Amino acid sequence: MGVKQVMEGVKVADFSWVGVGPTVTRALAEHGATVIRVESHRNPDSLRMAFPFKDGVPGINRSGFGAMFHTNKYGMSLDLTKPRGREVALRLIQWADVVAESYTPGTMAKFGLDYASVRRIKPEIIYYSTTQQGQTGPHAMVPGYGTQGAAAAGFCQITGWGDRPPVSVFAAYTDAVSPWYLVVVLIGALMRLRKTGKGMYIDQSQCESAIHFLEPAVLDYIVNGRIAGRMGNRHPAAVPHNAYPCRGKDRWVAIAVQTDTEWRGLCKAIGRPELAEDLRFHTFMARKENEEALDHLIGKWTSGYLAEEVMLLMQGAGVPSGVVSACQDLFEDPQLRHRNHFVRLNHKEIGPMAYRAPAYKLSRTPSRLLRPGPCLGQHNEWIYKEILGYSDDEIGDMLSEGVITTDYDAPALLRPEAPQKRE
Amino acid sequence: MDKRDLSMMDMGALPDNESLLSGYRVLDLTDEKGLLCGRTLGDWGADVIKVEAPGGDAARNIGPFIDDVAHPERSLFWLSTNMNKRSITLNIESEDGREIFRRLVKSSDLIVESFDPGHMDGLQLGYRDLEKLNSRIIMTSITPFGQTGPYNRFKASDMVLWALGGMMYLNGDEDRPPVQLSLPQAYFQGGLHGAMGSMMALYHREMTGEGQHVDVSIQEAVDFTVLMADETYDILGQNLVRSGGFYASVRPEPMGTLKERVIWECRDGYVSAFFRGGALGVRASAKALTSWMREEGMAGELADYNWDAYDFATMTQGERRRLEQVAADFFLTKTKKELCERAARDGIILAPVTTVKDLAESEQLRARQYWIEVNHPELGLTIPYPGAPIKPSALPWRVYRRAPLPGEHNDEIYVEELGLSREALCALRARRVI
Repeated sequence: MGVKQVMEGVKVADFSWVGVGPTVTRALAEHGATVIRVESHRNPDSLRMAFPFKDGVPGINRSGFGAMFHTNKYGMSLDLTKPRGREVALRLIQWADVVAESYTPGTMAKFGLDYASVRRIKPEIIYYSTTQQGQTGPHAMVPGYGTQGAAAAGFCQITGWGDRPPVSVFAAYTDAVSPWYLVVVLIGALMRLRKTGKGMYIDQSQCESAIHFLEPAVLDYIVNGRIAGRMGNRHPAAVPHNAYPCRGKDRWVAIAVQTDTEWRGLCKAIGRPELAEDLRFHTFMARKENEEALDHLIGKWTSGYLAEEVMLLMQGAGVPSGVVSACQDLFEDPQLRHRNHFVRLNHKEIGPMAYRAPAYKLSRTPSRLLRPGPCLGQHNEWIYKEILGYSDDEIGDMLSEGVITTDYDAPALLRPEAPQKRE
Repeated sequence: MDKRDLSMMDMGALPDNESLLSGYRVLDLTDEKGLLCGRTLGDWGADVIKVEAPGGDAARNIGPFIDDVAHPERSLFWLSTNMNKRSITLNIESEDGREIFRRLVKSSDLIVESFDPGHMDGLQLGYRDLEKLNSRIIMTSITPFGQTGPYNRFKASDMVLWALGGMMYLNGDEDRPPVQLSLPQAYFQGGLHGAMGSMMALYHREMTGEGQHVDVSIQEAVDFTVLMADETYDILGQNLVRSGGFYASVRPEPMGTLKERVIWECRDGYVSAFFRGGALGVRASAKALTSWMREEGMAGELADYNWDAYDFATMTQGERRRLEQVAADFFLTKTKKELCERAARDGIILAPVTTVKDLAESEQLRARQYWIEVNHPELGLTIPYPGAPIKPSALPWRVYRRAPLPGEHNDEIYVEELGLSREALCALRARRVI
């Protein structure tokens, strides 16, 4: 079509790591921005050391988790702790519109790369810092991943069963909430930069962003004194509302009946139209009162069917219902396929892997997923020469001084010569 | 000529006033599936007009309610998801309503809607119709599954989308069914992905003058929450499963899945903490926690544990359990507060399992002046709301107005702006258009 990408021409120096910071720059990269990831082999992104590894074998470029947040980005290696590292970083920042970082507060200042320093040489820079608790306040220095963020922001407390301890919300939930708030602001800042030539500093506390996803419950405490707890799968205004067992191992279907019409639909779908008039279930109030018996009754019926069969039967009767999809189901889901949700890109060490396309599709300027997450330092040559203008001699010096790090600087377990535990 | 040449940039609706999005107008037609999109744009200064059905939107009936009094002006769900919006009432199903809507489209930048796919087309208000009135208009549609595809007529609920997006399967205790989060999340996810798509389209519009249609799938939005579970299936062929208070990692056979405890009971509740080897910071955290246990004579067999040698690939579940027992006994002797203070000092990767009460009392949030008082004169209440989700150094997040009453801004929009007479307004009201 020859349509240019939305973010074409936008340049990002990405010093961020782990989840949130990189997710934000990924949104720009998916829409055409040039995003350069700055990493060091000596202290690599912890997700490069996190499962899943290709073939189960650890390696600095073998983690799917380490690659997934970096679609379309370019990779360079640089040790910021070396004096010359700073000089290189500043040259990159001169090139960039946006600086992204997500270290513990104070780290970028230690490198001489904090906003105050950067602004002196590049006043129009847009510079964001994202951490679990923000740059200021008594808890600013608390380290933590989104796993802890989910606890700190209040999500674990409301996940699980009333008669059991809370569960850890899967993986790192705030890593899939707070980036969205930052993307909105960052694009706004870029619009302003284009119009006025002015930059800004942006401080994100991932907790402060994510709390907005609990806002009604927070207000319920502030106004009514109610402390939200765990309700399993119950819903205050819908019944039946649960995950029901289906045929097969650990197979489930979600059914959510929100209206009386849907309730009658469900009764017909399970071949029990008389249940609609049953005094235990004929009204919402009655169903709520006998919810456990109702769940039992429905669960007994669903157990005889595949989750997919129940979903289609229910949908045919106008009842909201869906397979409780395991990841395999997601890859086979006809709707996600229709949307081209997963785009397979060939990574040098991982091989073909699915990268998610954005959940928002722009009709004129759709995202284009072209490159997998880069290997550490994969684009050094292009970046050091073409973007930063260093000569071969200078690059040679920086390699021998260890300013440009290589695979041999990686932690022992991730080095190429590390004993491989292949099956 | 390159349409993107910055000197040629279309400056149309981009005045640099006091907020990030001032000068932009958003018409918000969404129900609970998309309300957070307009809210988020309004928070940064866009003029968001909530177009409510005459009598008020159905989402006003979603609880909780102030003092548990169910009333359309007391829904905390509504007050939260509609702050920083104005409200007009308008029946866009009627011919007059559609005509008024079309007039509003001419002075707007963005329309956000969450009707069933095709509904707006049926009213001749689809993107194709509206772009003829205003070529710069952007329409963002937030629906359960997107505008087209085999599920696009399916009925959904928040939990159903949580299930079909893959997140439900991964949460809960192993011996019970998968669980949702007790406060619905899928629609909020859809709203924020809608806000991102809208911003992306607005940026493009500012650079080229072109509007477009943004098609959001909430199911897809939910899939982003499962993080590396998709990649685990994709490259290792294994489905991760729910594991309660543990973090489960997949390893090749014969080692299989390793479960590492994340949720720990302490004296007055629970905390979430990593206690494992691996990345530099994670190892340092485990060392710091171990040395604290040693100080208190509770390190037991971990006293000389070598965290640098912790090998995720060869760790057995039995060894892991022994190591966890020592920590579990230690956590039980400490309060959340004691644990958090030490965590902040020593770089221990730990956070309290926070309740909404803890949030309201958090010294961190107070120190950062998070809470912002919003006055509700008609309720005789001032309520502290969660504040800025992001703190930019210029053009800050702000509360411009509390959530509107139904049709609160009918006069401002219909009379002062569109120039309708009050008589006309009365007639339209009688005809249930307004």
